[in-house]
Amino acid sequence: MKNVSLQINGKNVNAQEGMTIIQAAEKAGIKIPNLCHDERLKPFGACRFCMVEIEKNNRKKLVASCCYPVEEGLIVNTKTKDVEKIQRILAELVLSLTPSGTHVEIANQLGIKESRFKPLENPETPCNLCGLCVRYCKEIKKNNAVCFVGRGVNRTVALVPGASDKCLSCRECFDVCDAGKIVYLVDMIQEISCPPLKSKFSGRT
Amino acid sequence: MEKLKTTSDLEKLRKNLLNKKNSKNTCVSICSGTGCRAYTSENVVNAFIEEIKKQKLENKVEVKRTGCHGFCEKGPVVVIHPMDICYLQVKPEDASEIVTQTLLKGKTVDRLLYTDQKTGKKIAIESEIPFYKNQTRLIFGNNRKIDPKSIEDYLTLGGYKALTKALFEMKPAQVLDEVKNANLRGRGGGGFPAGRKWETTRNAPETPKYVIVNCDEGDPGAYMDRSLMEGNPHSVLEGLIIGAYAIGSNQGYIYIRQEYPLAVENTEQAIKQAQEYGLLGKNILGSGFDFDIKIHRGAGAFVSGESSALMSAVEGHVGEPRPKYIHTAISGVWDKPTCLNNVETWANVPFIINNGSKWFEDIGTKTSKGTKIFSLVGNVNNTGLVEVPMGVTLREIIYNIGGGIPNGKKFKAVQTGGPSGGCIPENLLDLHVDFDELAKVGSMMGSGGMIVMDEDTCMVDVARYFVNFLADESCGKCIPCREGLRHMIQLLDKITSGNATEKDIQLLEELSEVVQMASLCALGQTAPNPILSTLKYFRNEYEAHIRGECPARVCKPLITYYIEPEKCKACGLCLKNCPTNAITGSKKQVHVIDIEKCTKCGTCFDVCKFDAVTKKTAEKNKKEKITVTG
Repeated sequence: MKNVSLQINGKNVNAQEGMTIIQAAEKAGIKIPNLCHDERLKPFGACRFCMVEIEKNNRKKLVASCCYPVEEGLIVNTKTKDVEKIQRILAELVLSLTPSGTHVEIANQLGIKESRFKPLENPETPCNLCGLCVRYCKEIKKNNAVCFVGRGVNRTVALVPGASDKCLSCRECFDVCDAGKIVYLVDMIQEISCPPLKSKFSGRT
Repeated sequence: MEKLKTTSDLEKLRKNLLNKKNSKNTCVSICSGTGCRAYTSENVVNAFIEEIKKQKLENKVEVKRTGCHGFCEKGPVVVIHPMDICYLQVKPEDASEIVTQTLLKGKTVDRLLYTDQKTGKKIAIESEIPFYKNQTRLIFGNNRKIDPKSIEDYLTLGGYKALTKALFEMKPAQVLDEVKNANLRGRGGGGFPAGRKWETTRNAPETPKYVIVNCDEGDPGAYMDRSLMEGNPHSVLEGLIIGAYAIGSNQGYIYIRQEYPLAVENTEQAIKQAQEYGLLGKNILGSGFDFDIKIHRGAGAFVSGESSALMSAVEGHVGEPRPKYIHTAISGVWDKPTCLNNVETWANVPFIINNGSKWFEDIGTKTSKGTKIFSLVGNVNNTGLVEVPMGVTLREIIYNIGGGIPNGKKFKAVQTGGPSGGCIPENLLDLHVDFDELAKVGSMMGSGGMIVMDEDTCMVDVARYFVNFLADESCGKCIPCREGLRHMIQLLDKITSGNATEKDIQLLEELSEVVQMASLCALGQTAPNPILSTLKYFRNEYEAHIRGECPARVCKPLITYYIEPEKCKACGLCLKNCPTNAITGSKKQVHVIDIEKCTKCGTCFDVCKFDAVTKKTAEKNKKEKITVTG
């Protein structure tokens, strides 16, 4: 594997070809906030919290660091005005979706106490659709028992009908999901019915 | 149909077809595009066939179902060749008169001719009608001359000549250079140079390589790709085969949305004919080049028009975009190099090969070459498909070709580039339309939608309409697009119902900027354009809504209907038509609307013949605002 050297926040970082920016940053001890990145899974690029500014050929660009591959001589900045603006709005958006989860930590760090957006009425699930459970089940366990259903604002996570047998004995996705969603998944497994499932869970707020 | 093995076989066939065609020199060409079909043009076709049979003219006159002529406002359109007499809004019962008068006696049927709006004069010749006269019909021009179901028609017009030139007189690299030199930019929206994309795919190390036609046009009000695919599928096929030859691909896909059944039907037929003639398949015309095409029918998701989502759909997955930091030209369908271009882009290729890049370069502006087809719709007199050279001003398109705004109304804005484009105000009407100029003012070329809006349009309502559409069509994968659009609608709803404050406008603006910067694909990145462009040019309208007033009197929560006593003739028409019995009054007694019962459906406003019903800003709203702010 070829070595690649790049600069993150002014620090020279060595990485291997094929790595993503977020991997190189983590290796160098630089933390980039994210909700959907997992070392074991393929890059997904859904939460967009990990947006960073890159500079290449004297041109600046915002990219998702979990997907963008490292390049020789790349200059990366994880803390610019635009990056912070993105993270602030994203934190507020997810807070309006569900009041608990990894994003609360990010929001706290940015000094956000309250979202300016109207909270979701009767949330079916406290889930930000990071897809970790879906991808873990598909890529690591090769079970394809958890899936996304619906499009756009109606998108939700559900169990694939008939795949619940595998779920009851596995439950490994519980570990990749942060607090709120485990309850939801337990609910789903207990119900063992066809999607879309209505969660018995309510009132976490 | 015999397989053509060499170019001379093809030229022999072409010669025979031309001789055969010359024996029938009169042709009644009837537009059978989707628009005219909706006007029952099929009945017109049958009426002509019957009438011509009756008058025993079958051996002299040909009746032809063609693709869309473009003048959809006045359909069904009938053109008599070779005189080029154009009849508009033709009904089946007009067929006998046209046959008797025009075909037998050589006279025109004046009542079916175009009437000039300014002079009131009748115009008989198609090319003299202002709608056509001010256009440059390059790509779209053959649509009205050929039957899309007949490869022979395409061949008589010189079809597949560019293919033989490319295959036998040029090396793949030369074809690529020609397209690169022509500076052909992608017609699907982004305007990326097609030649550079081709070159990237050609130079990518992996094999096999794929080429794709993107016919997933999903913008509300846009139908140029549809009409081209329906009306002249062979021109797209020819472009695709030439592109595949230059790139080194042996397999192509045409992605057509399932909602375009006629486009699917005509393209299937075209592929079959091309295969039978040996213009597709193994060893095309004996050149040693193999290429074939499959049709992939889209399931109707707008986001599938995004290249990576489209490729995911071709693979059989859900049409969902993926990060494109490694270009699809290098790693596309099944992770293989894939060159995807829009319908119109491919259709440009045969013209460039036939006429050379120099010729193409002379059309258009410095950075945008060639012509562009626009779908001109909305509050404009001549709705239809319009092809103009790049660089023509918006004013020329809307007024000279489009015939201006109907009913003497004032122009307010034009929305270009489909739902994720921007709204351009009146003071920018002299903007020269090309990729870069449109981007400079906060809009985009998109695939060529152009929606004209008059003074009765509320710009906040327009933004809400488009954002609503995009929220419906977002795939939901990334947070800024999915959650951002959800809240953009909520904020716009709040504004249009008069419940918002200045802070909400600021939040909407901030959110829009983030969605633009942070979204995964072009759908999300461009989704805030309707909001940002209306905020830029029509901010006063947003501010008026905050004060409880909709300047165009469109947003229902902010208006009331009122009958002006001086104008009311007590005719009872509104009273009779009101669905909620909210209007009281009797003969000789002025009518009054009971605001409590009124649902603001607008029926009274529409039916009143004396303009007595008017829309006013609801007093209730104004008052509420005062108590809130006070």
